[in-house]
Formats: sequence, C-alpha cells, structure tokens
Amino acid sequence: MATTLAKADGAETVEHAARIEHVSKSFAGPAGQQLVLDDITLDVAPGEFVTLLGASGCGKSTLLNLVAGLDDPSSGSITTDGRPALMFQEHALFPWLTAGKNIELALKLGGVPKSDRRERAERLLELVRLKGSYGKRVHELSGGMRQRVALARALAQDARLLLMDEPFAALDAITRDVLHDELTRIWKETGVSVLFVTHNVREAVRLAQRVILLSSRPGRVAREWTVGIPQPRRIEDAPVAELSLEITEVLRGEIRRHGQH
Amino acid sequence: MASTETKTTDAGAGGDQQIASVEAGLDALESGVVGRTSFRQTFVNKILPPIVAIAVVIVVWQALITFNIVDDPGKLPSPSDVGDEFKEAWLEGRLLEYIWTSVSRGLLGFLFALAIGTPLGLLVARVKFVRAAIGPILSGLQSLPSVAWVPPAVLWLGLNNSMMYAVILLGAVPSIANGLVSGIDQVPPLFLRAGRTMGATGLKGAWHIVLPAALPGYLAGVKQGWAFSWRSLMAAEIIASSPDLGIGLGALLENGRNASSMSMVFEAIILILFVGIAIDLLIFSPLERRVLRSRGLLVKS
Repeated sequence: MATTLAKADGAETVEHAARIEHVSKSFAGPAGQQLVLDDITLDVAPGEFVTLLGASGCGKSTLLNLVAGLDDPSSGSITTDGRPALMFQEHALFPWLTAGKNIELALKLGGVPKSDRRERAERLLELVRLKGSYGKRVHELSGGMRQRVALARALAQDARLLLMDEPFAALDAITRDVLHDELTRIWKETGVSVLFVTHNVREAVRLAQRVILLSSRPGRVAREWTVGIPQPRRIEDAPVAELSLEITEVLRGEIRRHGQH
Repeated sequence: MASTETKTTDAGAGGDQQIASVEAGLDALESGVVGRTSFRQTFVNKILPPIVAIAVVIVVWQALITFNIVDDPGKLPSPSDVGDEFKEAWLEGRLLEYIWTSVSRGLLGFLFALAIGTPLGLLVARVKFVRAAIGPILSGLQSLPSVAWVPPAVLWLGLNNSMMYAVILLGAVPSIANGLVSGIDQVPPLFLRAGRTMGATGLKGAWHIVLPAALPGYLAGVKQGWAFSWRSLMAAEIIASSPDLGIGLGALLENGRNASSMSMVFEAIILILFVGIAIDLLIFSPLERRVLRSRGLLVKS
C-alpha cells in the first residue's frame, strides 16, 4: 500500500488512533445543565474509517470538537495519537492566502522547514487532483475544489487521525458523489484514520468500515454496524442501499421516541 | 441486481481514471470565468460620471454669474476669477508650496497616528480590561469634532508644528484604533477554530490568522483615519495661524477671509477638497480594493 504521506516512524505500537472512554458533556442551557453527550465509549483503530451517524441534536459535532481538543469533556477521557486534523462543513480556507499557501501555512505550523513546503504543498494538491491550482485564490475555486483544498490542508498536518464534520453536506449530489470516491482513494493511499460525522445514512454506509449510530438528546451510542461491502462502492449499489435501509429504520425509531411525550 | 454487481467488480484503475475525468469536468464547469473590464468600460462607468458632475457644477456656477442671479463678486466670484487666482499662485510658485506645507504635515501626522493607533487598537481588542476601560471613550472620541482640540493644543504646545500634530493625532488615532478593533471582532470564529486545530494559538494565531483576517476592517479604519487627519489639520491651520508656521491650505483660507477675497477662499476650498480626494484615490482606495479583490470580497456589478 502506498503510504507516501503516513508517518513511518516506530509508532506502530499504538493501538488506537482515538480512544473515547465514558465521555459525557453538558452545557449550561436556559433550563439548567443540559446533557448533550452521555457516556460515549468508542475506539478508532489505526487506519480505520468510522462514521458517526445521527439526527440533529445527537451531539456529533460536539463529540468531534472534544476529540479535536477544541473543548473539554465534562467527564470521561479522550486520548488521540497525536493532534488530529479537522475538516469542517465550511471549507474554512483563509481567503487572504492562495490554495497552495493555505496548505503551506498548515505545513509551517506543523514545523516543516521552509525549503520543503512548496514541494509538499504541490504534492498534496496533486493528491486531491488539483495540480496547477497552487496560485488560485479561494474565491476562484468551486465548492468541490475548496473542500479538496481543505482536505489537502488537513492532510498537510500529517495527523494520524482525520476528523471530518459533515464536510460534503453543502455540496451538490454529483460533486459529493465524486468526492466520496476521492476520499476513499486518499484514505487508502495515506493510511490515515478517519472519524467522519454525517446525518446522511447512505453517505455513512458508502464510506465507512464501521457505522456508529448515535441517539439524540442526549447523544448515546445506539448501535453499531460493521460494513463488509468491498470498496470501491457506489452510493447506488444494492448492498449499500440495503444496509442503509436497515440503519434508517433504526434511526427513525430513535427519532420517533422524541415525539412520544 | 446483477447489473450492479458487474459494475462493482468492474471498477478498478479504469474507474479511478473515470472519476478523475468527471472531476476535471466538474471543476471546469463550476469555476467562474473572470475577465478584466476593458479601459473603455472603465472610462464610461467610472471616469466619465465625475467629470460630467464637475462640468455641470461649473456650468451652473457660470450661469449664476452670467444671468446676474448673484451679482456680488464678494459673495460669489466667477469661475474665471478663481481660475486666475490659481494661475497667479502657480506662476508665483506659491501653489505647490501651499499644498506641500499641508500635505507633508498631514501625512507625517497620519503616520504618527498609524503608529499609535495600531498598537492601541490591538490592546483594546485583545485585553478585556483595556476594552472595558477605554473602548467606549475611544468610540466616543470619534464623534468629537477635532476643532475642539485646537484651543487646548495651542495652550499646551504653543503655535507650532507639534500643536498641529497633536490635533491630527487626537482626530485620527480613535478611527484607526476602532477600525482595527472592529476588524478583529469580525474575524469569523470558524477561522479561529481552523487555526487552532492547525496549532495556531496565542501569538502564532494572532499573526497568522487574526491579523490577516482583520485586515479589511483595519484598512477601512486607516482610510477614515486619513480623512480625519486631513480634517483635523485644516481646522488647526484655519484657527492657529502664525507667520512661523508657513502658509498651508487652511491658512490660505483664513488669509482669504481676512482679505475679503472670495476667490482666494474658493481657491483654498477647492484645493483642500482636491488634495483630500487625490490622496484617497491614489493611496487608500487602491490599497483597499486590492485587498478586497484578492479575497473575492469586491463584487463587480
């Protein structure tokens, strides 16, 4: 397997890219303390692709923020193998920098020496098939291209865990479909672990090795599926549709509970 | 059912190639084509209208004289009288001297204001206590006419150049500082979060994320700071005239009043306007436009 970008040091002994143990999180709300996440326990193995699936209010973004270290859990512990990279629904590229310079900033902050940055940035752009877009400004790129640059920037952090917070939710269906293929390819090429948050069941099944369903208010691990369908998959494939249907049924059941009081 | 199965087994390196070409097509379809406007268009849309406006003003002005609507040259001199005033000043070499006296003062004072207003703005934006302490005063100072500072400045510093600079500083520093504060306040939280996950915290975060993100707001403040510098300076020059100070545009206006020469007063007002606009058009507007355009914030209509 081509591991051009994965770290090849002696850290292979690490068992988990992320380990989330009994994590709860509550926020001060208008009606007192509101429990958002309740006793979440899950692991992401090195090189594994896991999707977190749930309806609104399941706290999936909150959980991702906790794993990213942007916020602290109220209780429980989270350990990650190094600092994870995070991709948002919005591309979050800096408009005062070109596509290439956005990637180089991540490299710079990661301590890559100046002489190597340009070449690394070009290679990353090539990886997301944006060769020749180095000097493009963010506003000159289409939505799909922006997300690919954002992906390249996240990969530039050389993190062993990539957190993705509904990164394709704002894209049109055709572009999203293509980016699913690209993400699968890049995940295989780099060997990075991915924790991918979505509310789109088919997307979850299309991408993941493991799908974790969170219940809402508070977020709890409701169920977990291992997806055995071989890659490359398509979102239209019958096995994908079949499993999606099964998961959707469970998800609807979870949602229904909230309308019953 | 069977068809989907063949599709899945089919997809290998060939499928990968297909994705790449679909993607290339999407990229090409969705990236907008940006063309530059031609000079002709710029001329018609941008340069011609102000020229027409100025021509209309001059025609109306001349008409007021020609048709004896205003017949007292002490109240309204004719355009040609004012033109003669300019010609005379130019031939005697005084015209550029007037302009240079004021412009050099104004720009130097503005640079001081920049050097003080920028760190002050940073301090107010980033340190909670400082913001609570002087933030409201700083905003309030913007609405205080800078003329108000002339009498105290004269008493503190006397009739000299430092008094002029003091008035400029008091007029321009609040604008520049406030511009930076609002620029920093408006930095999207998403950028800060993205920066933090990349390891840009503390000073690194300020340098790589906060300051560049705040640049448009800061530039707006700087632009306004120049306008305030120029206004303050004119107020100071009109009120505080002294032979040691040389004749700037404000002093020229005051001299015109003392000599009851309306054409000299007009000359001074036109020059003050012209210089203020010219500096903005030559320095600040292009700078602001460049920054906004590079970020895609300047929408061409």
